[in-house]
Amino acid sequence: MWSEFFTVSSLVVVLASTIRLATPFLFASLGETLGQRSGVLNLGIEGVMLIGAFSSYYAASKTGSPWMGVLAALVTGCVMGLLYAFVTLVLHAEQGISGIGVFLLGLGLTDVLFQRWVGTPIPIDGLDPWNIPFLADIPTVGEIFFQHNPLVYLSVLLVVVATVVINRTTFGLNIRAVGEAPDAADTLGISVNRTRLFTILIGNCMAGLAGAALVLPFGTFQQNLTSGRGFIAVALVYFGAWRPIGAFAGSLLFGFVLAVVNQFGALGIVSGATSSLTAMAPAILTIVVLAIVSRRIGQPAALSKPFDRNG
Amino acid sequence: MLTIKKRARTSPAVLAMSLFAALGLAATGCSSSSESTSETLAPEVTTEAAVETTVAVEPFRIAVISPSAKNDSAFSQSIFDAVTRISETMEVEIQVSDGLFVVEEAAKAIRGYAEDGFDLVIAHGSQYGGPLQEIAPDYPDVAFAWGTAVDTFGLANVSSYSVRADQGGYVMGVIAATLSAAKNIGVVGPVEVGDAKLFVDGFKSGVGSKDPDVKVNVNYIKSFGDVALATEAATAFVANGADVLTGTAQMVVGAIAVAKAEGIPWFGTQSNQTALAPEIVVASQVYHWEVILATIIADVKSGVLGGKTHIATLANGGLVIEYNDAFKLDPEVKALADKTIAGLADQTINTGVK
Repeated sequence: MWSEFFTVSSLVVVLASTIRLATPFLFASLGETLGQRSGVLNLGIEGVMLIGAFSSYYAASKTGSPWMGVLAALVTGCVMGLLYAFVTLVLHAEQGISGIGVFLLGLGLTDVLFQRWVGTPIPIDGLDPWNIPFLADIPTVGEIFFQHNPLVYLSVLLVVVATVVINRTTFGLNIRAVGEAPDAADTLGISVNRTRLFTILIGNCMAGLAGAALVLPFGTFQQNLTSGRGFIAVALVYFGAWRPIGAFAGSLLFGFVLAVVNQFGALGIVSGATSSLTAMAPAILTIVVLAIVSRRIGQPAALSKPFDRNG
Repeated sequence: MLTIKKRARTSPAVLAMSLFAALGLAATGCSSSSESTSETLAPEVTTEAAVETTVAVEPFRIAVISPSAKNDSAFSQSIFDAVTRISETMEVEIQVSDGLFVVEEAAKAIRGYAEDGFDLVIAHGSQYGGPLQEIAPDYPDVAFAWGTAVDTFGLANVSSYSVRADQGGYVMGVIAATLSAAKNIGVVGPVEVGDAKLFVDGFKSGVGSKDPDVKVNVNYIKSFGDVALATEAATAFVANGADVLTGTAQMVVGAIAVAKAEGIPWFGTQSNQTALAPEIVVASQVYHWEVILATIIADVKSGVLGGKTHIATLANGGLVIEYNDAFKLDPEVKALADKTIAGLADQTINTGVK
């Protein structure tokens, strides 16, 4: 059986699956990276992902267009961002607890709305794969990298965009400044709360997209669909040392572990107690990575600290 | 004596956090307790005498607690459909608390219904066994039913119920073996326990009895709710050459979506899953718990509140294979399946699953 795993066709399945599985993690962790670089911790992205997932399913099922689902996920993510910004920036609520509140809100709200508005989770038309011309036809490589749904390509593109924004733009400089030394940034005329508002909105929109990325490829929804992916995405920000490329690497690593475990199951390589152990691999990986990374890399100095100009 | 009174001032931050937490908890609670539906359903009566009789009888009060939505097209829907069918035969009051995947919340609901004096409290989920074992002794006059399980904890007011899901799985396996040209079938399972394991083992046995050369790979994804992972598991099966799929538990909606997109035959279980993908669902093994519930209710009415284990089978009608008429199944295959059902019912065929 192991010989079946180490074949080119199996490798293609694992790597293509890695990229698909990494996409929701990537959207969510990229958004959270931007937020944390500006000093905002949002533990509620699991809830925002759920709301994005439900809204994308509902909008796509009602309009018949998965792209309306993408739009709905962005809009609801933005609304949740405004809510979170109001609570944390205007009312100066403690960010950790507020995030848990957002998570509970997303969990409960999607559960209620799903039961009242949807009921039976009939599969809807999802996003078709975009085969990139010429590249998709390359043997093996094409199948792994260039035959995915558009959200996969968008997530990778956003890694580049986020990297450029953080390192090469004034807005990025402001983000880093308010995340490290908000008082100093304020004295230089940078609006700390306005900068954080933008990163919260962007982060929540991307969490909404992460939810859509779970739903739209095959067009189905179920309660608690995210199954803890939002919390793992927060861990991936630490894994990635608050850098978009790090979040990208972490997402791919997580996707890879999940894909390998999945392929073990698909080929019947592991069963029983062994499969239980392999299923624990992602959780073990999270703990190990966080233990290593947290010793080496410092987080943004003002992370999770509310800013109040009046002290 | 001077008394200084401090006027407590609640900061906006505390208020905001409280509001968020309250909103979240309210919404979460909404999805469970306040989602509870209360219905008094009476059977249709056609004669005046029957009307008089029905009016005079107090409705039998049933509460159902389930882990997922009552319309999940799988486990929870099977019990909701069952009590609905019961309501067509007798006057009942039904309350449903669904979506209680958190056991502690379910325990509160179980105790609440017992406190309210319901005649029968159904804890529909094997994970509810622990709290039920603690709660049931506190309410000796209330009957509890627990499934899928075979343990009554030695309590006189607890019945357990389970299902020979291996029987339906076996029938599905026989059919599936005839449909798999690639001789490669994928099964998406949640956790290797209970009726999920029985179904999967029965399915494998059925495939093997028809064609031992057909390969059946099973991927237990270790989750009842991770639709995305179930989707990816099904995708991996297809990528590895599977041309027939099945699976069990509520997360399989993702796998069904893959089967639908790929045009691959799917076998359902727990509830009739035809509505999810009429093009590709071949048949569903459906749990008709009302057969079991009717017995339990009769026992309760006669003063026996529990202490028994009830098993739904093909023989007693608690387990039914429902074909999807829209799927063009070869008449010979259907005849073979019917023969297998009859053989399992009269025990001339054994699934071999222990």
